[in-house]
Amino acid sequence: MLRYALKRLVSLLGALAVASVVVFAAIEVIPGDPAAYMLGLNAAPETVAALRAELGLDAGPIARYINWVTGMLQGDFGISYTYRTPVSEMVGDRLWISLPLALYALALSTIIAFPVGIWAASKRGTSVDIGIMGFTQLGVAIPNFWFAMILVVIFAINLRWFSAGGFPGWGGGLFPGLKALTLPAIALALPQASILSRVMRSALVDMLDQDFMRTARAKGLTQGQALRRHALRNAMIPVLTILGLQFSFLLAGAIIIENVFFLPGLGRLIFQAIAQRDLIVVESVVMILVFAVILVTFLVDLAYAAVDPRLRVH
Amino acid sequence: MRSLVIGGLLAGTFLFAALLSFVWTPFDVTELDIAARLQKSSMEHWFGTDHFGRDLFSMIMVGARISLAVALVAVGIGMGLGVPLGLLAASRSGSLLDELIMRSNDLIFAFPSLLIAILITAVFGPSALNAIIAIGIFNIPVFARLTRGGALSLWTRDFILAARVAGKGPLRISVEHILPNITNLLIVQGTIQFSLGILAEAGLSYVGLGAQPPTPSWGRMLAESQTMISFAPHLALYPGIAIILTVLGLNLMGDGLRDITDPRIRRTGR
Repeated sequence: MLRYALKRLVSLLGALAVASVVVFAAIEVIPGDPAAYMLGLNAAPETVAALRAELGLDAGPIARYINWVTGMLQGDFGISYTYRTPVSEMVGDRLWISLPLALYALALSTIIAFPVGIWAASKRGTSVDIGIMGFTQLGVAIPNFWFAMILVVIFAINLRWFSAGGFPGWGGGLFPGLKALTLPAIALALPQASILSRVMRSALVDMLDQDFMRTARAKGLTQGQALRRHALRNAMIPVLTILGLQFSFLLAGAIIIENVFFLPGLGRLIFQAIAQRDLIVVESVVMILVFAVILVTFLVDLAYAAVDPRLRVH
Repeated sequence: MRSLVIGGLLAGTFLFAALLSFVWTPFDVTELDIAARLQKSSMEHWFGTDHFGRDLFSMIMVGARISLAVALVAVGIGMGLGVPLGLLAASRSGSLLDELIMRSNDLIFAFPSLLIAILITAVFGPSALNAIIAIGIFNIPVFARLTRGGALSLWTRDFILAARVAGKGPLRISVEHILPNITNLLIVQGTIQFSLGILAEAGLSYVGLGAQPPTPSWGRMLAESQTMISFAPHLALYPGIAIILTVLGLNLMGDGLRDITDPRIRRTGR
């Protein structure tokens, strides 16, 4: 198990290193001088040169890359070109909106999809199964940001159960914060729950014809009991894979949904930064998101080994 | 079979609408008629009008062009690059080249398509072309993996061995024997990626990273409708339904195609 974990860890670090080079190189090819951009058209050349030195832009690309990476490892993401404040400060608070939103949606999606998928599989071929599958087919096709807008019309504008947007901050306690994230999380979760319950169902249906399932039925378990006790664990590998992928979709989805609900998360930050050509912010936020996605892939790999002992040996 | 027909009809309707919009729309989408703004559906304006008095039905027809075109070209990029890479990796299975191709695929997979789009937009500015590139790049590993997986299972088969004995090289075997046998897989996946591409394009143009004004696109129509949603919800309703029906149609088509081409599924009735 330890060897397996170490191997996965090495590939995690490798992926991070390559990803950082890719992100850095992408931003590097952009023409134009950030220092000149920050100071405007009328700046004296000496001032621009001084700022370039201050920002460390005089160094060669390799030195700057190393600077950027070592800075990030110490929690220093550089200084925003537009606001002249440390990027880490700008990212800090916002991360605590986007990340909880993605996790909230992941939790909702899982809570919905597991029972629905198991139910559909245990009623394979019946009208229940067909009905659920038709419903999930529709759920997969709905763009989450559109669903979010419809939720706002129904629950915020007409019923007034939720506010249409904004975020009160975590300072006022857990509940107001969670409440503000509820509609966005539902909007994000619905399409993902549809995908996940389809995967859950088909993974379980693949198990239905196995010999151990016949044995379980023969000793007197109902279809549902046999599914939960014996098939579920075996069906977890494809389900975990999708769960891991979903987190990266949810995180990316979160930065779109934030626009619908005017949530001050990473999404608002990154789109503002793009509009203002504040590239160091774009670079850092993208890197943080990639880090989160790669980390989750790593955790999913570990979870594989937990549910499937065969993997620990190889 | 039934889902293939229903899906084909749905997706075909929007494809037809997109093509028809080049020669005819009920109203000119570039013509503003402020007096007729924000009307609800009527006999004259089937889906109502927007805040500039433009006919929503016509805009959705024209918007179908960009959605379908972006997604289709993105699938083309993904197949055009992903399939040869997958074939190459499978023909040299276990080699350094195979490892290199598959690991770079994993890396692209680690960037959600939205992040790729954000990076590309930050560098080159927002446009429909950059949306195509972003979605296309994301499609490459999907097809590379699928192709490699399908090809690997074929390489052990007897008819491939026969081809090798006959003196064919890995390249000829890949093109003449492997590729025709995985075409079904590729078409099914292509349909699914097409529908995902439409969703991705809508999301990108919703946040302003896709087609730029004045080109109408479904995603941007939704973005523009957002400030008026409390008094003109129809502006958000119809473009959303257009996206859903197109994606639903393509997904049903994909399911139907898979049922036809995969005898294992046909037999057990899954």
